[in-house]
Parts: sequence; structure tokens; C-alpha cells
Amino acid sequence: MSMLSAMIPTLGLALFVVAGPVLAEGPNLGKPIDAADSAAWDISVLQDGTGLPPGAGTPAQGARIYAEKCAQCHGPEGKGGVAGVTAAPLIGTEPITDISAAMKRIGNFWPYATTLFDYTRRAMPWQQPMTLANDEVYALTAYILAQNKLIGENDAMNAESLPKVKMPNRDGFIVRFPDAM
Amino acid sequence: MSNSDRRRDATRSSDLKTVAANGLLDRRMLLGRGVVLAGAISTGTVGSLTGAAAEPLTDAPWSQEPGATIGPYERPSRFEKDVVRTLNNPNGQPGAQGARTPHHLTNGAITPNGLHFVVSHGGAPDIDPDKHRLVIHGLVKRPLVFTLDALGRYPMVTRVTFLECGGNGAPLFSPQPLQANLQALHGLASCAEWTGVKLSTLLDETGIDPKAKWFIAEGADAPHLARSVPLKKALDDAMIALYQNGERLMPANGYPMRLLLPGYEGNMNIKYLRRIKLVEQPAMSFWEARTYTQILPSGKAYQFYLLQEVKSFITQPSPGVTLKEPGLYEISGIAYSGTGHISKVMVSADGGRSWGEAALQEPVLSKAFTRFRMPWRWDSGAAILQSRAWDEAGNVQPTRAQFVAQRGELKAVPPVGAVLNQHFNAVTSWAVDSAGEAKHVYA
Repeated sequence: MSMLSAMIPTLGLALFVVAGPVLAEGPNLGKPIDAADSAAWDISVLQDGTGLPPGAGTPAQGARIYAEKCAQCHGPEGKGGVAGVTAAPLIGTEPITDISAAMKRIGNFWPYATTLFDYTRRAMPWQQPMTLANDEVYALTAYILAQNKLIGENDAMNAESLPKVKMPNRDGFIVRFPDAM
Repeated sequence: MSNSDRRRDATRSSDLKTVAANGLLDRRMLLGRGVVLAGAISTGTVGSLTGAAAEPLTDAPWSQEPGATIGPYERPSRFEKDVVRTLNNPNGQPGAQGARTPHHLTNGAITPNGLHFVVSHGGAPDIDPDKHRLVIHGLVKRPLVFTLDALGRYPMVTRVTFLECGGNGAPLFSPQPLQANLQALHGLASCAEWTGVKLSTLLDETGIDPKAKWFIAEGADAPHLARSVPLKKALDDAMIALYQNGERLMPANGYPMRLLLPGYEGNMNIKYLRRIKLVEQPAMSFWEARTYTQILPSGKAYQFYLLQEVKSFITQPSPGVTLKEPGLYEISGIAYSGTGHISKVMVSADGGRSWGEAALQEPVLSKAFTRFRMPWRWDSGAAILQSRAWDEAGNVQPTRAQFVAQRGELKAVPPVGAVLNQHFNAVTSWAVDSAGEAKHVYA
């Protein structure tokens, strides 16, 4: 018996075994991955707090980190626009009186406090995103919320407390095309 | 009279038929160039075509020596050096960078890759395609990771579709018409042919947990830009785009892969796509909860606008594209709708008092740029040019007055290039003066 004819039944069996119990259609070239191996990328925090990591931070802790890592762009008091850098103001609760996006502030516009944690962790500081520890992100979130008078000076933020922060403009939004959702 | 004679006669009789005020002509005149000229000459309206004879023809220097060596990747002629995108943040300061398409200097329906608009919220990352990964996880039965190589072996689809930034046209929220050209006003929209793998093909392999209602798409760029998208779109026409006009995506347009959501707000078409997570509720990311929301006169704001609605604008003539002498011209422009096909474009030369129907260049594709053309006899009088589009679902592009009545205006004139509100899809007006110069006006 030649080598080739000896292989044929084996090949046929192998194909049957692979294709049979798994998915019959499609190339199936994706590699399975479990939650532990995708954890480093799984940074989404949802509006109800799903995805918030362990850790905590207070406004006082956040003030120190802010001075070191944020003030150079957002200004010493979070009012934005330092020396030609166009970083957004972080403080501001004045009412919205114009359709201009320049009115949007965390205190008067953002509907969810969870967004502040999510965005700070994934995108800040501008030059070095994803370098803050979770405790630092909680502390910065607490500092900015406290500066906006949305939490008390000594309120620690963590996975339980952050989603409970009531943002003033929570109900200020209209879905444009509900049928598309 | 034979049938063909009758047809020719019918065409000729409509050649110079005026269909609306200020010289708009029947679009059927565009069917054949010879017929147009025959009709035009007979009534003496062609201007210089009937004037002085041409100069004698001679060989130019470039016809008397071999041309340049052909290079591996070609760039446009040096004479086209001004056909480039305009940049709002050329030094890459922290913050968004915009690069706007010069619609007044291009034609057809496809945007060349080097001129495709970009809005970047963190610069263009230098991604090694062999090391890039796409993970699909969350509410799926089987979380999977794909390499670019693996995606290249899946069944592919090709479609032409436009992309438009939610902030395109934002200068028209100004209470006074900004004196800027088309590129500054509507340059944040482009149209390309995209090739890639349908997202539904990949979801067939991961399976979908019935609890999933949304997916979060996230990029591998510095801000890890993330948007929540209704799962409905994934099962409809969403795709993972791998090629743009036949070549790999440009770096600033998402190399090596981006999410493509035909007809949806540009920012949702996540570039450098590395993760798709199926979830029950939207994340309320920074970009959907704050940046891509639109404040209304009531103080409330639209959120998850999703669709880019039916819109059109005239590309030629437009500010900077001057009419040099009276005569026959083609008014040309672009129409598109995130809902589907363009069904009709009307053009006015008298500020919207009378309208004529424009010719639509085939093929008219769903959620793609459609080039429209309208023959026009300009007698050097003042005119206000407008276009207005309809889509297959019956949606009509609003006039600016109708639009502003609902969406409001800014209190102060913004700087050119500022995006202070979004989803402006109303009519744009160009006033042409007796010198043939076009200017942005509200009419």
C-alpha cells in the first residue's frame, strides 16, 4: 500500500471529526479566548456600573494626582485652556443657555458619572493613556465630581458608590430615532 | 417621420427648454453633448464657442522628449498641488484633528483615499498589521480572536458608501452665513468603495446570547475610542472594512481595519477596530454621552442620533469656483442619505422660488454619494443656487429656515472650523454675483 492511499482514510476521518460537532459553515478561523485572557482589553464600564474594577479613591487623593498629571493641560483649577492647549474645562455647573457644544460640562451635561471613570481610564492622561492605576482613576473621578459639588469632599468613589452619583442632567436627553435601536 | 427622427426632434425641441427661473434648463439636455451644442448654437447662447477662432496648434516641450520615469506609487500631477485636505489642527495639539475633503476641486462620486476626510481624536497609530487582533466577546456563545490574516480568508463583500462626521456642516448653525468655501462648510464627508467581512458573518461563528441588544466597538488608538451600536445594525449591513478603494485602509482611516456602519454617524465607524463586546445596554461612553450629542433650543439634547439624514450641496459653482463668462454651465453637486437611495434632487437658481429636477448620475447606490447635474444658462445676472434632495423613504432635505426652526442657531458667529453643534443637513445657498463669484448666503 502506498503512503498516499494509506493516508486517505485517516484524512477523511479527521475532517469528519473536526467539521462534525463544531460549526458546519464558515472558515472558523477565530481562536477561542476566555475572560481572563481578554481582561486587559475589557475596559468597558457601562452606565449601571457593570465593568467597574475593584479599587477606591477620595477627592483628597485625587487632588494630588490631578496636580501632578492633569493640571498642565486642564489648568490648576480645572477650568481648561492652559497656554494654547485646548483641553476641556472639567468644572462648571452653569445652566445651558445656548445650543453650543461649548456649554457642555461634566456638572451641567454629562448624564452618567460612570462615563468619567471610563473615559479617564481609557484616554487620559492625553500623552500616556492607560497608565493610571484603578485607584488613581477612582481618586481623580472623586476629585472632579467633588469640585463640581456632585459629591461631598470626603466621599470615596468605588464600584458601589460611583454608579449611584446622581448627575443633574441625567434626564436631559432625547433619542432621535428610537426605531433604529 | 421615422421613429428615430421623431426621437431626435423631441430631444432637440427640449434642448434649451427652461425649467425654472434664472436659466435652469431641462436635465435631458445632458443626454448628448452634440445635441446640446447644436441647439445652443442655433439660438446663439454659447458665448465664446461662437467667438474668435482658436490659436494655431504647436507641439509643447513635453511632447518633444521622453517623459518622467514611472514610479511604484503614483502621486497627482504637480499642477494639482492645491487639491489637498485642509487641516484645523496641523500641529497635532491635544484635541481633535480634522482634515476636510476639497469637494469643489473633485468630481464624480468617489473620494480618493488621500483626500478622504478624517476626524481624529488621538492621532493615527502606527499599527503592525501582523500584531493587530480583533476580539469579539461579551454576550456571545464563543468569544473569538481574529488576526488580519484570518479575516482575509472570510467571504468578503464590497460596497460603496459615504462616511460623514456628525459635525459636518456645523458652520451653518452660525446666525450669520460664514464666509468660507465648500471644503470648510461640508468637507467632513467622503465616499469610498469598501471591501471587507460582514460583521454578521463573524457573529455566526461566535453565536449571540439572546440577551444582547447592543455592541460596543472599540479602537486600538490612544483614546481607545468606543461607541455603542444597536445590535440590529450588526445583523443588517455592518462590516469590518479591510480595503478602501481597492487598497488597504489609509492610516488615518483606520488601518488595518475599521468598523463600517453604512449611513451611520462617522464617529461610530470605529477605526483601528480591536474589540467588539455584545452587551444588554449602551455603555454611555464619553463620545456618545457627551461629544456626539446635540443641544436643542429647549436645553435638552439628542443622543444616539445614529443616522446621517438626507442631504445635498452644490460643488460647482461654489465659493472660489468662479464663472468666467456668461454661457452654458453645468451645476454639479453631491446628494446622499443614510437611509438609502437618493430618489430626486431639485435645483433652484432663484433662492428657492422655482425649482428644476437635476439629472442623477448612474449608478445611484444606497447610502452612497450620488452626483447630480443640472444644465444652466448663466446670463451674468445675480442668482442664488440651491439644491434639495429626496431619498427613497420619502425623506426630504429641509430648507435652512425649516431646520433652524427646530434645531436653533448659535448665539454668536463661531470661528470657521469650530464644530459647536451637529447633524446639519439643510439646504446650502450660493449667491452668484454679476462677476461670477459665488458666496455663501442664507436664502
